[in-house]
Amino acid sequence: MAILLTILFLPLAGAFLLMLVNKKEAKVIQYTALAISLATFVISFSLMAHFDSNNPNFQFIVNIEWIKQFDAGFRIGVDGMSLLLVMLTAFIAPITILSSFSAIEKRQKEYYVMILILQFAMTGVFISLDIFLFYIFWEIILIPMYFIIGIWGGKDRLYATVKFFIFTVVGSLFMLVAIVWLGSYVGGTVLHNDAGFTTNFMVIQHALDNQPIPLDIQKWIFLAFALSFCIKVPLFPFHTWLPDAHTEAPTPGSVVLAAVLLKMGTYGLIRFNLDLFPQASFYYAPIISTLAVVGIVYGALVAMVQTDMKRLVAYSSVSHLGFVVLGIFSMTVEGIQGGIIQMVNHGLSTGMLFLLVGMIYERRHTRDIAEFGGIARVMPAFTVFFSIAMFASVGLPGLNGFVGEFLTLFGAFNSPFLNNWSYTIVATSGVIFAAVYLLWMFQRVMFGANTNPQNHALKDISKREWALLVPMVVFIVWIGVYPSTFMKVSENSTKALVNKLYEKKFGYKPYALPASTQQKANIKN
Amino acid sequence: MGIELQYLLPIITISFFVVTAIVFDALLQNKIFSFVWSIIGLIVVIGTASYTFVIPSLELMNLSKEGLITKNMVFFGGYASFFDIVFAGAGLMTILASRVYIKREYKELNEYYSLILITVSGMMLIGHSNNLLILFIGIEIMSISFYVLAGYFRNSIKSIEASLKYFLLGSFATGFLVYGIALLYGATGSLDLNIITSNLIAGKFNHIYFLLGSGLILIGLSFKVAAFPFHQWAPDVYQGSPTVASGFMSSAGKAAAMIAFIIVFKHILPAVNNPVLIKDTHLIQNIIAVLAACTMLLGNFTALAQTNVKRMLAYSSVAHAGYLLIGIASNNSTGWTGVLFYSVAYILMQLGAFIVLSVIERNEQSNLELSDFAGLSRSHPILAALMAVFMLSLAGIPPFAGFFGKYYLFVSAVKADYVWLTIVAVISSIISMYYYIGIILQMYFKDPRSVALEADYGLARIPLFIAVAGLVIFGVFPSLLADVAYYFF
Repeated sequence: MAILLTILFLPLAGAFLLMLVNKKEAKVIQYTALAISLATFVISFSLMAHFDSNNPNFQFIVNIEWIKQFDAGFRIGVDGMSLLLVMLTAFIAPITILSSFSAIEKRQKEYYVMILILQFAMTGVFISLDIFLFYIFWEIILIPMYFIIGIWGGKDRLYATVKFFIFTVVGSLFMLVAIVWLGSYVGGTVLHNDAGFTTNFMVIQHALDNQPIPLDIQKWIFLAFALSFCIKVPLFPFHTWLPDAHTEAPTPGSVVLAAVLLKMGTYGLIRFNLDLFPQASFYYAPIISTLAVVGIVYGALVAMVQTDMKRLVAYSSVSHLGFVVLGIFSMTVEGIQGGIIQMVNHGLSTGMLFLLVGMIYERRHTRDIAEFGGIARVMPAFTVFFSIAMFASVGLPGLNGFVGEFLTLFGAFNSPFLNNWSYTIVATSGVIFAAVYLLWMFQRVMFGANTNPQNHALKDISKREWALLVPMVVFIVWIGVYPSTFMKVSENSTKALVNKLYEKKFGYKPYALPASTQQKANIKN
Repeated sequence: MGIELQYLLPIITISFFVVTAIVFDALLQNKIFSFVWSIIGLIVVIGTASYTFVIPSLELMNLSKEGLITKNMVFFGGYASFFDIVFAGAGLMTILASRVYIKREYKELNEYYSLILITVSGMMLIGHSNNLLILFIGIEIMSISFYVLAGYFRNSIKSIEASLKYFLLGSFATGFLVYGIALLYGATGSLDLNIITSNLIAGKFNHIYFLLGSGLILIGLSFKVAAFPFHQWAPDVYQGSPTVASGFMSSAGKAAAMIAFIIVFKHILPAVNNPVLIKDTHLIQNIIAVLAACTMLLGNFTALAQTNVKRMLAYSSVAHAGYLLIGIASNNSTGWTGVLFYSVAYILMQLGAFIVLSVIERNEQSNLELSDFAGLSRSHPILAALMAVFMLSLAGIPPFAGFFGKYYLFVSAVKADYVWLTIVAVISSIISMYYYIGIILQMYFKDPRSVALEADYGLARIPLFIAVAGLVIFGVFPSLLADVAYYFF
């Protein structure tokens, strides 16, 4: 439908528009980019308003023929899970652009073009209902991100950006082989359609539901998809690109990387791995959950010893995303719902932490914790915002992080698929470690004596920075206090997925869902 | 007969323009005239080839094969017409980009343009061949003009070396090819590819000679596409030849040799239920698959170690021969169509990249080191952006046409149960990413070198624009090309 197409293509149109503007008109470029992303955000509300959360299926479906020979179409649509992430993308984009006004000083035109292309591709990843289209968006993201880190990044940006590029490509090309195999299997072996091939997600979903891939092959296909997603998440031990990319990226680049890009991995795990390869998911769930738990603890421990604030936040991402993956592979409604809400939470709280670190970096041109101390006296408002983001990240009840972490841990604890308490017990330690490294950093930076003369005259946050931080705080508190606004959106889609998983494993469906015939009708066209 | 002549129009026109161009070169001694005449010639060829594309092919079906003046030796319409357009287009792009380059680097001679025309005529003949003799003639016309083109800078030692090397090794390969054709004739009793196929299906063939003959043809053609282990000539030749010409050789020349591959192996590896033939078919397919795998890996690994961009692209062109061979190994219609699609994409991106090199090259191959590209995006933003698109497309990053070509070939391999070949292709793609994005890294992330490069476009703007537009359009809407190509096989 038109709303979804607008949300997808408006940023791309904006990017083309910006290309026509003279590069010397920096202000015009900045405000045009901001206006476009704000417009996209506003339009995305009407998506929320028209979304029927009782319906677990895909909605707003657009199906345009594209490449007939491979039955690849321009197929897009959203269900509860992807809607939240589309909203998150639309929300983060204007924040990113507004924060770029001060963070990006050179080659502004190219920069804003890249950011808008990035927004286009990120939205595309979350709404693709065709695996080929999904792959295209997935790969397009590499190009702007490669340039954003490489041109506007820090000292070691070349190393970081090449590493980011190669890591992602390694995963995604194996996924491409799996996509080709899957298309050929479903189109040729299962359905015998005209093309002998298909990448239509809903058709594949339906076909594999009735006739799953033989387990020995399914395991390989699962691994190919999982590798790509786990590198993106990043799951331990594939995380090594992340601290480098985060540290070297410019502030807005880190924000968008943490807030949205990493979610593409976890989203892919739910959308493709759990849904299309349930038997292999049961088989690999203990391994992946173990890696997730290791990542939680490892990320937290490494974060504890960092001297660079940005690197600390980057490692905390490794830890937090571990909770998401653990929740997803618990394959319970609580776990997956928690995982989804935790994706949003992490986008908000870690995104905000990166913004705050970026603000202090702009003032002092260093992120070394040892350089600071007693900042609270000179920057009181900054300190308040920092504490909110930090407590959200730690998981203080009343703020958003608590909801997500609690649900993922609860889901993992109760999961009949994992059937083991130890995951939860070890993962819970991650919450404690998070409190340690974040509070310790906070204490060293904000409190104590303000001994460094360079810190005496730091300016507190400006109006523009208020405008960046306040919306994030609103959502952080909103999700913390009344999460069901957001949980409700994805609830039925999650239940439908969990029903499917239970049915495959235990032969019964635990949740009753509102009856719907829409999905079947859509498969036909 | 009238209809047959209509179908022959592209060949007739290119022959006419080749002959007249040579005559005018000698008589008029006017460089501008030769330049314009060859351009007109190629445009007319594109026009006539497009015409054969749209006239109904059903009428051809009504003709009896015996009544044809070409005695069924020439194939009309379909992919042949398609490749007429592609090769003439590539020739046109080459000629447009060449003028400013050869004038600056050596001197403009009339023969250059006639040589390109002759090459195009050879390539077109390959596409039109329905008989091993015609195929051989086409390959030789193309190769011999390439030998001359490679040595066009006759004062440059590198150019002479390239030419001589190419000539010696190329002639050697031709020997294999002819011998293979002879053995295949002995094995099946015909040079006509359709008759060869029907004899094979009927079981009327000598098993040993068939295998030997196909093997020798495989060797001969592998030389022409620079596939492992017959690739050693390629880097030196592509590096030593005039840059635009080596772009033409390594792109259109390779595509033409791939068409020869398709035509031969499509006919000698028919899908039938003859147990002996099936065994042989699988054997040959497997050999080609192994060659493809080695070619991709070797090409990309060696390219990784290069510091000279021209040589790097020469090695990468070896790797791309490997990707293209995937489609031949798959031996199904998806594979052939994939080769066709990828050839077009490859011509656009490879030729485009070489034209970019020719624009900044000065004094016989200086300015072509990787470090010379540092900061190109500052001094020449458009040129850098073009090069970036060509590199991303060569690397197979969507949304450029190179990606979809690879996807096509991967699908064909999976359909033919060559999943391992796809995995090898993917691994070698990953390797190739490093050096392709390495060029982008130099252009965009490094500071410019102290002496800024000069860019001298001339008419090269036109082919560069065509290349980049083609890559984006066929990348975003691959159906435009794929749907046309779909009905050929």
